Amino acid sequence: MSSVTSAHSVVEPSPTSKRIAGAIVMLYALITLIPLAWIFLTSIKSPPDSISYPPKVVFTPTLEGYCNLLTTRTRQTPEYIASLPAPTSTCDEVTRKRNMVIAGPSNFLPRFANSLVIAFGSTFLAVSLGTLAAYGFSRFRVPLAEDLLFFILSTRMMPPIAVAIPIYLMYRELGLSDTALGMILLYTAVNVSLAVWLLKGFINEIPREYEEAAMIDGYTRLQAFWKVVLPQATTGIAATAIFCLIFAWNEYAFAALLTSGEAQTAPPFIPTIIGEGGQDWPAVAAGTTIFLIPILVFTILLRKQLLRGITFGAVRK
Amino acid sequence: MADVVLKNLSKRFGDTQALADLDLSIRDGEFVVLLGPTGAGKTTTLRLIAGLERPDGGRIEIGGRNVAGEAPADRDVAFVFQQYSLYPHMTVYDNLAFPLRAPVRKLANDEVDRRVREIARMVRIDHKLENRSTRLSGGEMQRVAIGRALVRRPAIYLMDEPLSSLDAKLRAELRLELKRIQKELGSTLLYVTHDQVEAMTMADRIGIVAEGRLLQVGTPREIYGDPASLHVAARLGQPHINLLPTDLLPGANPPPGTKTIGARTEHLDIVLDQNANAQIDWIEHLGDQNHLHIRVRDHKLVTLADPYFAIRPGDRISLTLRDPLYFDASGQRLG
Repeated sequence: MSSVTSAHSVVEPSPTSKRIAGAIVMLYALITLIPLAWIFLTSIKSPPDSISYPPKVVFTPTLEGYCNLLTTRTRQTPEYIASLPAPTSTCDEVTRKRNMVIAGPSNFLPRFANSLVIAFGSTFLAVSLGTLAAYGFSRFRVPLAEDLLFFILSTRMMPPIAVAIPIYLMYRELGLSDTALGMILLYTAVNVSLAVWLLKGFINEIPREYEEAAMIDGYTRLQAFWKVVLPQATTGIAATAIFCLIFAWNEYAFAALLTSGEAQTAPPFIPTIIGEGGQDWPAVAAGTTIFLIPILVFTILLRKQLLRGITFGAVRK
Repeated sequence: MADVVLKNLSKRFGDTQALADLDLSIRDGEFVVLLGPTGAGKTTTLRLIAGLERPDGGRIEIGGRNVAGEAPADRDVAFVFQQYSLYPHMTVYDNLAFPLRAPVRKLANDEVDRRVREIARMVRIDHKLENRSTRLSGGEMQRVAIGRALVRRPAIYLMDEPLSSLDAKLRAELRLELKRIQKELGSTLLYVTHDQVEAMTMADRIGIVAEGRLLQVGTPREIYGDPASLHVAARLGQPHINLLPTDLLPGANPPPGTKTIGARTEHLDIVLDQNANAQIDWIEHLGDQNHLHIRVRDHKLVTLADPYFAIRPGDRISLTLRDPLYFDASGQRLG
């Protein structure tokens, strides 16, 4: 192992080449960040500003997009609006300027909550099942282990949407259509193969002597797994959890096909905002901005583990 | 503490016979060392006793009971591994307390604390109890690993080359400490090593293992002075025993059937003599002693000499055998 690391460090990159590499990475980061900045800026523009050409860089920020995202509104005559008592909130105010009044909350928050429940639920299940399966493959002589692992991997070899129609029919029969449970099971099924493969690598790296020592010290295998293996697998589990969460959080096709009401997630919901009262880009952008926050927070919290997961196999202690 | 008896123990891994018909009994309070090269089956023996592997045949008794069906946790053994000995996510204290906190034992917290601190003092790690186990030197880690075994009073301690990853000075230090602690506690201990110095200095009895077979068991003196076979003789002694044809040197009295004569330093008499039968090729100066490389016709021998022995490369010497070891064609000891 030490020979591997030393082989890498034989030629230390020069300061100049480090600076050039740094500049390229910075440039790349800026380019990828432009769409995000665009979305955020659009979310705080007024609808006329958002579609003006050339795009406005200097504008008066407004919360109108967020108000439109979170509410439903009805159009009223200016006379009626003038007869109302003074507005009680910012949203009241901006809505009335457009000759509208707030009729009630929109479906965004329930859809967002659906997304949270389904994405985190399926991630938890996929990582739990994946950890147990990976431990089994790593530690026991499983008959046909190679074939089983290949089979598990093969479920990722086609785009998940290829099986959308059969799943749609099955779910209709089983009454799982448009249920949070159905979506959790579906995303778990898609993610568990990734979880098994990633975690098997991580668990393989944990020497089995630790569990053996624990078992001799008076613990059962399950207790040893819990007390000795799991704490050392946290990096791998965290990295795997992020990958699973990103997939489940962003998934659009299945969600659009299988959910429409109760269990609808945010991705298929956000585009529907645009239809309510013209081209409301700021509301769509506001929905997207809020939608990005959980994954951003989760990724920042676990960025070390994520890096380890991405560079998995290349980095050795 | 208890007697441990192994009977006809056998284990195969695929095409390799790791262990073949091994018989060994370890008495209560005894320090037994299994000595042999890598792959001889030493570690397999320990793992079978601990219950980490299932034997293909044979019987393991600990304190008179057959433990074949028992899980490792129920066998009442403690194990010190060669490597990866400490749980990296725990402090030294938690590592030492881990066996005591096992659900099967249900010890009270203050009892755990008392025993952890007592053992920490014994293995001289009590000043680092709150350290992360990964932030210790190699010697400290191995002391904690040994401590984690000693914190319990099992029927037998099993140690798999616990000192082999340490440097020479530490190894010598811990060797002494381990022997001291074992005597103090009166522990039964089965220790595996390929280092003959560890075997000679610590063992009450040594078992020589090769290719899955136990070749000879005896006290260090017996194994060294009275080896049953060529292989056993070759395991011990520094420099290596010299293996010579019967007619090479005078002074031998080979019994019939002798094929090979084994001669260590103590079996060779050297006298400076111009008309002698041997010549000094070269001398390695080790400081406290010299290794003499001697040529007799087309045979080469190595022996030890006192550094004050006035001798130089090229000197002619007269070399005589004194009570050497005799072996037959199959390598068995004669006489």
